[in-house]
Amino acid sequence: MKRRYLKQWAFFLAVRLSALTIALSIAFFFIFIFIQGYSAVSWEFLTKHPQDMMTKGGVMPAIVGTFYLTIGAMAVALPLGVLSAIYLNEYAKEGYVLRFLRVGIRCLAGVPSIVFGLFGLALFVVYFGFGSSIMAGSLTLGFLILPTVIGASEEALSSVPETFREASLALGVSKWNTISKIVLPNSLPGILTGSILSIGRAAGETAPIMFTAATFFTAVLPKSIFDEVMALPYHIYVLATAGTRIEETRPIQYGTVLVLVGMVLMINMTAIAIRSYARKKKRW
Amino acid sequence: MVNIETWDISISAKNVDFYYGTFQALTNVTMDFEKNRVTALIGPSGCGKSTLLRMFNRMNDLIDGARMDGEVLFEGINIYDPKVDPVDVRRRIGMVFQKPNPFPKSIYNNIIYGPRLNGIRNKSDLENLVEKSLKRVSLWNEVKDILGRSAMTLSGGQQQRLCIARALAMKPDVLLMDEPTSALDPISTAKIEELIEELKKNYTIIIVTHNMQQAARVSDYTAFFYLGRLIEYNRTDRLFTTPDVKQTEDYITGRFG
Repeated sequence: MKRRYLKQWAFFLAVRLSALTIALSIAFFFIFIFIQGYSAVSWEFLTKHPQDMMTKGGVMPAIVGTFYLTIGAMAVALPLGVLSAIYLNEYAKEGYVLRFLRVGIRCLAGVPSIVFGLFGLALFVVYFGFGSSIMAGSLTLGFLILPTVIGASEEALSSVPETFREASLALGVSKWNTISKIVLPNSLPGILTGSILSIGRAAGETAPIMFTAATFFTAVLPKSIFDEVMALPYHIYVLATAGTRIEETRPIQYGTVLVLVGMVLMINMTAIAIRSYARKKKRW
Repeated sequence: MVNIETWDISISAKNVDFYYGTFQALTNVTMDFEKNRVTALIGPSGCGKSTLLRMFNRMNDLIDGARMDGEVLFEGINIYDPKVDPVDVRRRIGMVFQKPNPFPKSIYNNIIYGPRLNGIRNKSDLENLVEKSLKRVSLWNEVKDILGRSAMTLSGGQQQRLCIARALAMKPDVLLMDEPTSALDPISTAKIEELIEELKKNYTIIIVTHNMQQAARVSDYTAFFYLGRLIEYNRTDRLFTTPDVKQTEDYITGRFG
């Protein structure tokens, strides 16, 4: 074999092996979780409260809590993020202010989630006096995913062709109407897709809710947004580290992992479905 | 040069300079446009003709780092006066772009988009407006049964006529056309040119074109630009047969450009 073919062959082998490694790790991860957690998950597991020091019963309150926190985070991040993105992409003029803002947002995206947790504890739990609650947790998670939502929204906004804006403005339509009637509707699928993907992240985070919303155990479901809740990721953390009867809670722990992974997968599938639907409709 | 003493003037540019950052795109352009006539702006790429056109409906406002000197008068009022709202200017001075740019909406909604945002809510008024506007551009017979279909499904030539109809639905006085046929096939081009002939009875039309035959076919007056300056402005038949300026002659005979 010629030398250059040997090189090519070696390179392709490396490429294939890398791809294979990733695929295998993911497959291994899912199969492992499924096998470990499968026996624990049942209808009861999804609908019952934990019992006997977490060794029996289900994780229903944690599912409910994660659901509330996720919705709450979305309610915080979506309006703030979309409005900021509109400002950055449609109104702000190129210059130092804009560059400074963009750097700030990028930095925010790199802040470790535990720092968001402490920030939420200081600002929402203590200073605003929300206590450990859905409110404080949602705000903290909302800020955590804000950079992602802004990024996705900006990308979606800038993918709307400039010619649409020109056509609208040239008809004597105001800038605000051009944005609300042309730019936003055409970028909505992109905004939603990006935001929902970031919501998957919010659902799985432990550190930001540790001090701001999550509790080890409550006997009742939250009655208002100022109540604290159980949440799936925190439940996993507690079962894995703080239980007194770790051997007995282990199946429940894996069951919880399976439920959480399933939930996140479902959220991501929704995003993918919206995206592919929007792509089919898109005609420019 | 043209004799403007008898003119009913629609738009006039007075000592207009225009800069993109430090690049000067227009230098001291002064010219008048007669009402209900077709005036063509010609010249090689980068000569400033599109820049000038986009000054007349303040589309250049959208460009970061651009600035201008001088005045543009529309019916005697300087449209660059700080008291003038560019939105009002654009309602009366419509524009058709180089590439057909219908909205990704139905044919019907493309037409009523502007009028509805300007306060026309009555359904039968809007329906009449759609029919009238589409008839004006001879598109009605082709699309009257598919008004609910996306405008993106039309051919390029139909899309461009739809865009003209959309501009006409705002009842403007002036129609600015920025190389409206450069993305179209010859048959669609001929249709648009016929349309321009028809529309000039009611509208003042200013058209930028790369195509000198087109300028000769459709316009009453032609202005030749070179390197941001107005070189010659004349009756179209004179400019293309006996130009006053050597540079014009060189350009129209294909010696440069």
